[in-house]
Amino acid sequence: MIKRDINRVDANRRTILNPARKQFATKAVEGEYTHRLNFYKDTPKGDITLEQFEQWAIDRLRVLAELEACQFRNKNSVETAAHMKPLLDKYLPLSASTLNSPSIQSERQKDHYSHFILRLAFSSTEDLRRRFARVETSLFRIRFQADDARERQSFVENMGLEWETVGDEEKMALSEELRAAGGGYPKRMEDESWFKVDWEKVPELVEGRRVFLKGGKAYVPGREQLGLVVPEFNSRLEKALEVTSRALPRLDEDDRLTPILNHLSQNFTTPDASYNSSTTSLHGADISARNVDGLSSSFPICMQHLHRSLRRDAHLKHYGRLQYTLFLKGIGLNLEECLVFWRTGFSKITDDQFNKEYRYNVRHAYGDVGGDGNRRGNGYSPFSCQKILMEHPPGPGEAHGCPYRHFSMDNLSALLQQVGVKDQEVLRGVKEDKEKQKFHLACNRVFDYVHKQEIKKVKDDGTWTSNQLETLVHPNEYFKRSYLLKNLDKVPKVEQGDVEMKG
Amino acid sequence: MPHSTAIREDGAMLVDAGNENAHMETTEVTAAPVSEGNGESQESNGLDNDITMADVGVEGANIPQIKDEAKPDLKLEDLFADIDSDEEFPSSTGQDMKVAPSSPPETNFHVGPSSRASDPEVMRSFYQRLFPWRYLFQWLNHSPTPSKDFGHREFAFTLQNDAYLRYQSFPTFETLRKDVLRLMPSRFEIGPVYSTNPRDRKTLRKASAFKPIAKELCFDIDLTDYDDIRTCCDKANICNKCWQFITMAIKVIDVALRDDFGFKHIMWVYSGRRGAHAWVCDKKTRLMDDQKRRAIAGYLEVIKGGAQSDKRVNVKRPLHPHVARSLDTLKSHFQHDILQDQDPWETDEKFDRLIKLLPNQALKDALRKKWSSAPGRASKAKWADIDVLAKTTKGLDGQALLEAKQDIVLEYTYPRLDIEVSKKLNHLLKSPFVVHPGTGRVCVPIDTRNLNAFDPLAVPTVTELLADIDEWTESGEDSKDGKRIQDWEKTSLKPYVEYFRSFVLSLMKDEMGTTTKVKREQDDNGIEF
Repeated sequence: MIKRDINRVDANRRTILNPARKQFATKAVEGEYTHRLNFYKDTPKGDITLEQFEQWAIDRLRVLAELEACQFRNKNSVETAAHMKPLLDKYLPLSASTLNSPSIQSERQKDHYSHFILRLAFSSTEDLRRRFARVETSLFRIRFQADDARERQSFVENMGLEWETVGDEEKMALSEELRAAGGGYPKRMEDESWFKVDWEKVPELVEGRRVFLKGGKAYVPGREQLGLVVPEFNSRLEKALEVTSRALPRLDEDDRLTPILNHLSQNFTTPDASYNSSTTSLHGADISARNVDGLSSSFPICMQHLHRSLRRDAHLKHYGRLQYTLFLKGIGLNLEECLVFWRTGFSKITDDQFNKEYRYNVRHAYGDVGGDGNRRGNGYSPFSCQKILMEHPPGPGEAHGCPYRHFSMDNLSALLQQVGVKDQEVLRGVKEDKEKQKFHLACNRVFDYVHKQEIKKVKDDGTWTSNQLETLVHPNEYFKRSYLLKNLDKVPKVEQGDVEMKG
Repeated sequence: MPHSTAIREDGAMLVDAGNENAHMETTEVTAAPVSEGNGESQESNGLDNDITMADVGVEGANIPQIKDEAKPDLKLEDLFADIDSDEEFPSSTGQDMKVAPSSPPETNFHVGPSSRASDPEVMRSFYQRLFPWRYLFQWLNHSPTPSKDFGHREFAFTLQNDAYLRYQSFPTFETLRKDVLRLMPSRFEIGPVYSTNPRDRKTLRKASAFKPIAKELCFDIDLTDYDDIRTCCDKANICNKCWQFITMAIKVIDVALRDDFGFKHIMWVYSGRRGAHAWVCDKKTRLMDDQKRRAIAGYLEVIKGGAQSDKRVNVKRPLHPHVARSLDTLKSHFQHDILQDQDPWETDEKFDRLIKLLPNQALKDALRKKWSSAPGRASKAKWADIDVLAKTTKGLDGQALLEAKQDIVLEYTYPRLDIEVSKKLNHLLKSPFVVHPGTGRVCVPIDTRNLNAFDPLAVPTVTELLADIDEWTESGEDSKDGKRIQDWEKTSLKPYVEYFRSFVLSLMKDEMGTTTKVKREQDDNGIEF
């Protein structure tokens, strides 16, 4: 599927290796995509250049990463679709067949190929496979919903799902139940057609009681096809990814694709904010052990809490140390300074004890020690909000986690007041956010309150675009934006945003 | 050193054992040579572990005298011709009868007023003489010949010292029975069938090769979830009034599972104290993944949120056929079992809850005024007041009121499921016919054809059952047509075991039907070639 660059030194070797590919390549015919949507059943057989290979994959990755960020931000499907539309139009446009646009085939080819390239990149570990399947499924869902009805219908018919149309007689006999299950629709039974499928095919619809069930069969109205098609897409993709992962080792000898694929999958490891210290470094900021106290006013509440706990107890438990160390690493504190910071922070223990019990962990987090993989990857990435929210809820005596999520409302508002958030309206808002489990919103609300003058200023000046004031989903992003806002006069304008994509 | 590895493996099995863990590991090491000396080591490695575990379990419980008895007992077990005599139906009991005279402490054991359900001797007699091992085996095995369905099934034992032993598995019911008699668990639970034998899970090269592949779909209903609306009892206590909640729940869930999902083999089991479990055993159901289980759970779940949340019923209108049907079933219960028996809105703070759920401020105020001036007015009258006062309230949305009332009926009657149990393939659930350690009652199946007649307080306790046997024997006749009468047939456990037997038989019949068909097809193919 890759067109060989004639200038490559090893071109000859590969020609010998790939007679089969060549044979398939001739089969790549124009005009093979009859539908806008694609179930990605057939692997691409045509040739593309290496540049296309990389570019298409990156474009698709951009879309997927943003889509995943939407999920983390708890956007509902309508918001997500609205948010994604401009990105999709830019990076992965797909026009309807009815438009007769000349670029239809190339658009669809790009969609098709880029999907398969990312399959290669993301099939290596189970975690990657699961996440890839999840975002690809939601991309499919968005597109399916945006498709026009007739095209969708013909696409679905071509899919070969096993379902049986409900006859008129049965339809009328069950009209009351069918209508009730459909939430009172349709008003006239003639306006809708139903399919009978095994209920196991439509678990989503069953779970939400959106279909009528009888004797193990689900009566699915035509408009609920989404519930049939989307799980099918997901399960097929999951299976396909398994297969790909097993075939992956055979690709190893290729020195052109493997680096690209590795690079791609690394970019995806934490797409909500793969945080890189080079994009975070703040010019002119004094990031050192003795200055952390001063900087801590710009920390998000989770890190402020860790900092306060450390200062209070002269100690933090394991996950607290890990979360905080990685955050400090993320703000640009180097390993030496970080070791100094922890050594002085743990004031009640001896040097010997520190060296024995804590030093190694800090170095490990920085990638200074540990396995080859750890060292090469420069240790761990700073935790994103997603990770802090979802993993390792704090137990007794532990200070890590997200206070918005893991604190009771009383303790949370006490903490907020300690750090200077005393406005009753903000506290009330935080309470509501917490109740709705929108912890990001609570955090961003506090951020907006703490920085309201600065935000107003940059908005009025027009120096910051709205992109730069997007919802925060990473503690380090919080710090950086806070620091920049508080030091508007000192710090030269630094490009911000796009944290999601840069690896 | 095959022994040392086996022991270590077993030690790791003691999940949740807490501090006991360390203690047990050391005891195991000392116990190992003992078991070797017992002459049992020629059996499979797995069994070897069990023996060491048996000793450990008993020691951990600090009941030394049992240990002494356990050893002669083990030897006696070995004397049985496992295969020969067991092939024809009743098994265990017949042998036990023979054995009994040779182990005096057992036969002479009589149920006095002082004997309690948790007494190890009581438990031993129960497991030995009454527990329907064979039917349990057939139920989980789906065929009379041992298969993976049973062999790869996880059992988990709760020992007398509260240690929890997971990942036990057994090729047949004899080995299971033997192990239960050794370990004397206060209860045991049934988990999923795994892709490989749970005992071998540590020896696999890839951890992913060990995963759950099948289990019955289970439901758990517990009366504690009704504590905010039941007035007659609370916590662990129950009476016939609040048992009605369970009756209603079983009716609603059972019909949905049968009519909507098309499941056939559904067994309801009394959980021994204050709840009921459902086991849906159809083959297709057993093979469902978590997503499908979650879908069923979601379909059946109507009451959401804890006691602190305001409105716990949020159903779409028009009502989904399942909800509408449930509401129909529940309406009549509501009048009698809720309004009359539970009287949930008797006092001021209680009727506040009711008023909160109603629409229209004017109506609320009128009701509050009326009820405050008539303290102690019965819930039935209060419920009727709503309609009476609604007629005189201006601008009242009749539809909204009707819907609110429907929601209230649902909130007070619709089944409250412990939904996590149903969602996961690898959830463990207490086995039928074990004894509830607190009440001593046997977890008997509930015959849904006669649901209203089921009385949880009339369920036999293990001590009653043992007394039944004694009385029966005293009354003489031992056998009629040459066939020995089973111990359970002499007791009030009889109808429950019979129900279980018929349930298992119909399940096996269905499954055997499909497998023999497949076999015949294979045979046909064989002839062709």
